[in-house]
Amino acid sequence: MTNLELQKKANEVRKGIMMAVHSAKSGHPGGSLSAADIFTYLYFEEMNIDPANPKMEDRDRFILSKGHTAPGLYSALANRGYFPVEDLKTLRKLGSYLQGHPDMKQIPGVDMSSGSLGQGISAAAGMALGAKMKGQDYRVYTLLGDGEIQEGQVWEAAMFAGYRKLDNLVVIVDNNGLQIDGKIEDICSPYPIDEKFAAFNFHAIHADAHDFDDLRRAFKEARDTKGMPTAIIAHSVKGKGVSFMENQADWHGKAPNDEQYAVAMADLERIGESL
Amino acid sequence: MSSETRKKVATREGYGKALVELGAEYPNLVVLDADLAAATKTGVFKKAYPERHIDCGIAESNMVGVAAGLAAIGMIPFVSSFAMFAAGRAFEQVRNSVGYPHLNVKIGATHAGITVGEDGASHQCNEDIALMRTIPGMVVMCPADEVEAEAAVKAAVKYEGPVYLRFGRAVCPVINDGPDYKFEIGKGQIVREGTDVTIAATGICVGNALEAADKLAQDGISAEVINICTIKPLDEELVIASAKKTGKVVTAEEHSIIGGLGSAVCDALCKANPVPVCKIGIQDVFGESGPAEELVEKYGLDGAGIYKTVKEFVGKRDK
Repeated sequence: MTNLELQKKANEVRKGIMMAVHSAKSGHPGGSLSAADIFTYLYFEEMNIDPANPKMEDRDRFILSKGHTAPGLYSALANRGYFPVEDLKTLRKLGSYLQGHPDMKQIPGVDMSSGSLGQGISAAAGMALGAKMKGQDYRVYTLLGDGEIQEGQVWEAAMFAGYRKLDNLVVIVDNNGLQIDGKIEDICSPYPIDEKFAAFNFHAIHADAHDFDDLRRAFKEARDTKGMPTAIIAHSVKGKGVSFMENQADWHGKAPNDEQYAVAMADLERIGESL
Repeated sequence: MSSETRKKVATREGYGKALVELGAEYPNLVVLDADLAAATKTGVFKKAYPERHIDCGIAESNMVGVAAGLAAIGMIPFVSSFAMFAAGRAFEQVRNSVGYPHLNVKIGATHAGITVGEDGASHQCNEDIALMRTIPGMVVMCPADEVEAEAAVKAAVKYEGPVYLRFGRAVCPVINDGPDYKFEIGKGQIVREGTDVTIAATGICVGNALEAADKLAQDGISAEVINICTIKPLDEELVIASAKKTGKVVTAEEHSIIGGLGSAVCDALCKANPVPVCKIGIQDVFGESGPAEELVEKYGLDGAGIYKTVKEFVGKRDK
């Protein structure tokens, strides 16, 4: 896909996020929007997947370790054709398969249940190791929040993946700088993130999470890296694309009311038209 | 055969032995350890299949997550550590990364209960059965001897879904060596028939309950002993039928009286046939250092202790 096509898709993914969270009257828009371009790049460009065959044996795997940003993943999956976009409106509702956090038992395209922070990266490491043990060449991607990496289990998994030289594993850190209680550096700073992953024997690189050229470069570099996993520190803006949500920790886990929803959709319409 | 003359082997030995056998049959079976392969007895698997043994280092939370990932791509991982760390430290990983997605991960937890011995209370996990049985869809087994340990491991591989297997550090007598012995997940066994009182036991307490039953018989008390290896799903039918026959139930386990076999039996009985129940186990206290045998005696889980408690209980009920 061209960058323009990816930008248009990403904008649709953002609209889906807003639609889902507004309909649910709860959920996590901020981190879904910051990762929307990453979701789009992975599902429309990077990964070897088939929406018509979500359990394809040799598919690439994606684990949303920061599971609370499920609206972003669901919107990407829906826009990619795994299930109807209209179903996003059932998010978090009783009886819906679109659970508040990713549920691999029910949702087509979800490779691992997640939501409790720090756990997805371990499962991703297990899948990457398993691929090597079975002699399969698929790749495993996992997305973590920058607040999430305060969890100790993340570093257990990083030590394991680095030591095991899992070069089929890509860890992406959505570095939007904000967690529920405020700025990550004011709560319990995980910086320097790149040096930490490098110390755990990762190839650690940076990327602009909203620039498809840069994402393309970073994922290619990950693919070309042999003998060690790659960590991409993706610099992002929390709430990206919705004017009043950008860089606001308040919008971590809160749904817009009807008026705010109208503003948000107008913002995204404008962005869409400008592309 | 009296308890003195029986062969004595730790259940964890049966775990390692079964894994080696299964390794040949199941090429997708892998074993994970957290720096305790020698103690969990998976070292024999490591020796036989080094390429399928994954030592994760001292990081149990990650180990359980790695196992979940391996299971998600069709492998059969056995996660091994001490019960304290497998069920305790990694509880939430077991609950969310294994239980919730109902992944095919088997947890082989050794060194459960007070028979850890000299290491003391920090390592004596008397809470694991309670923790594991609250997880929806989790099968919980606690074999009574080495024979049953092997059988339980083999049954766990055939079962699709998460299983918690509880093994001990200390040796215990082999009681299931009869030619008719067969194992099935969810089935308890009457190992001695009786009419006055039911003793439902699990793990090392099964052998000890049989010893107690011998002594009770000398006092004219006929005790029925049931071996409950699968605590979840519990063989409710068997427990209820026995309770209907005897009218009195004693549970015996090397585990807290809160949430373990005793609670599971009470849950079953109160639905269908409430009878007085006396729970033998760790009485809501922490353990302590000491040789396993002395601890078992001190906490009343040996043959003499079970005999004494059952006799008092039956006496009180008969008054």
